[in-house]
Amino acid sequence: MGRKILFITTDQQRFDTLTCNGSLISRTPHIDALARDGVRYTRAAPSSVVCMPSRASMLTGQFPTTHGAWMNGVALAVTAPSVAETLHDAGYETALIGKAHFEPYFDIFGRFAENSLAQLGIPTVEQPWYDGRRGPHRGFDHMELATHGAVGTTHYARFMMTEHFDQVGHFYNVLDADFQVNAAGGGDTGAPQVKVNPVPRELYHTDWVAERTMNWLAQRADDSEWFCWMSFPDPHHPWDPPESEMHRVNWRDVDLPAGYIADPEERERVLAQKAPHWSAWYRGELVSNYEAPAKFVPAHLTADQIREVNARNAVEVELIDDAVGRVMAYLASRGWAEDVDVVFTTDHGELQGDFGLLFKGPYHVDGLMRLPLIWRPAPRAQVAPAVVTAPVSLTQLAATFTDIAGLPQPAYAEAPALPRDDASATADQSITEWDSALFGIDVHLRTVVTERYHLTRYQPGAVHDGSEGELYDVVNDPLQRENRYSDPALRAIRDELEDRLIAHETREVERATPGPLVAPV
Amino acid sequence: MATIRYEERIQAPADAVWAIVSKADSIHEWFPGITSCTVEGDHRTIHVATGISMPERIIANDRLQRRFAYQIESPLFQMHLGTIDVIELAPDECLCVYSTTAVPDVFALTIAGGSRGALTEIRRLAEGR
Repeated sequence: MGRKILFITTDQQRFDTLTCNGSLISRTPHIDALARDGVRYTRAAPSSVVCMPSRASMLTGQFPTTHGAWMNGVALAVTAPSVAETLHDAGYETALIGKAHFEPYFDIFGRFAENSLAQLGIPTVEQPWYDGRRGPHRGFDHMELATHGAVGTTHYARFMMTEHFDQVGHFYNVLDADFQVNAAGGGDTGAPQVKVNPVPRELYHTDWVAERTMNWLAQRADDSEWFCWMSFPDPHHPWDPPESEMHRVNWRDVDLPAGYIADPEERERVLAQKAPHWSAWYRGELVSNYEAPAKFVPAHLTADQIREVNARNAVEVELIDDAVGRVMAYLASRGWAEDVDVVFTTDHGELQGDFGLLFKGPYHVDGLMRLPLIWRPAPRAQVAPAVVTAPVSLTQLAATFTDIAGLPQPAYAEAPALPRDDASATADQSITEWDSALFGIDVHLRTVVTERYHLTRYQPGAVHDGSEGELYDVVNDPLQRENRYSDPALRAIRDELEDRLIAHETREVERATPGPLVAPV
Repeated sequence: MATIRYEERIQAPADAVWAIVSKADSIHEWFPGITSCTVEGDHRTIHVATGISMPERIIANDRLQRRFAYQIESPLFQMHLGTIDVIELAPDECLCVYSTTAVPDVFALTIAGGSRGALTEIRRLAEGR
């Protein structure tokens, strides 16, 4: 009997929101237990710091410059490789429950399967988006989808709109009247994307994802092999968890994050050392990407707003932890406790007050790039618990899943399976890419992360001439405040890391044609 | 307001491509996501895969210019104009140009994204693939 795989992802979760990673706000005993019994990675990076490219990398084992979904709003080709398909072909039953986002959400015609599945059910051969034998979509036998709110085209939204319509209006409106990401504030402090949400907890999408996961698992035979991707939409904004749970964290008791710079002059000095789009965004002079609200000006963000956002974020993380605990208990009740590998991670981070900023964008610092990643191997595999400090990449997940299944690394996967300890780590680096081009503003950057340094190199675009860079010594400057890109003392380091980025750009790999931008997200 | 244009060179006579484009009640055969439609006079209602319907007004269906123009009149839009032009390049070759202008801007992006897929389907149908 093979090892079953439970792949748990969240959305936009920082490394330091888990207790096992040092969280001082949210408490995460169930995820911590996975870390205690498994392998905890302290330097895991995404291939991209926004959802679609990063999630496509989890599925394909490829970087965005290979799989072609290079920014949000660019669909991963339906012909792209999928580790779910590889596992399906090997006899695994496969499911994705929760947030997928390999295809744009902003899709009024429902021409992408993710947006039509809930309405149409399982596609049939008569429909043009049917992708053949691979189940409903991309190698998943079963897809039951959700995203950040109760309106839209997902199964969760359909459930809410048809069975609990009275609750739908309680959620934050993710988009404003211009269909831009909403900047409207709420809560006690008027923080953006915050709303008091009286929805009963059991109807909130976190619990729904866990319940639907257990429902799918309940239909599996005891001896079946399965791969289940349980994908929580939280703690991504909006920050509108069920109000009944807000007693867990009082925002007035929350300390400001270490990355926050209280003195506005010092904040602006630090931002001015970085590439010019940092300060331009901070002052409200530039919106380079769709993911942060267009009308949000970070310079206007108050310390109390950051506290409230972080408190609500922590509550959302705790609800996820509770849900993980329930699913783990269910697995044990099925007699599967010894047989299931559990991998927990997220797609990218959140600035969450660092440098006085919120949300995400082309800003390659730890808030966005350092991710929680835990692999709890099936206990019967007898893998020793470990902490891996070497840099690893989410592009390694696909090969990790096939490795668990006893399959070779797929030819399409660019990266090997995750190491089980530092001694078996094969590469002292991870790479993160960013490309975006929206309404005339294009931004392109590449970052290499090692245990000691982070180097970001900017390519020519609307706000960069290609000479800009950032180099941080993360051992002596863990908050990445001093950009040492032009420091002669680190010139040799810079040259060596830039060579690594050139090697990444020129790597020999079969690349998909970059997909067209067909939506903002 | 945002405006986006896509075009597709098609190895088929312009009249053959125009026959596809100008048949207003057959848009669901080539526009991805549209599952069916009804046409009454210059009003067309499209039904899409998310389960919603959107009213449209046909502004032009001009055989001589080979130009089709329409507006989506859904309240989601402050403004929309879609045009499809079929331009003859040679007896067996033409250019099909699909333009989208919309407010809010982001709708131009997503409709134009659909129109890009539509052009691919129009070419496939016209070239008999």
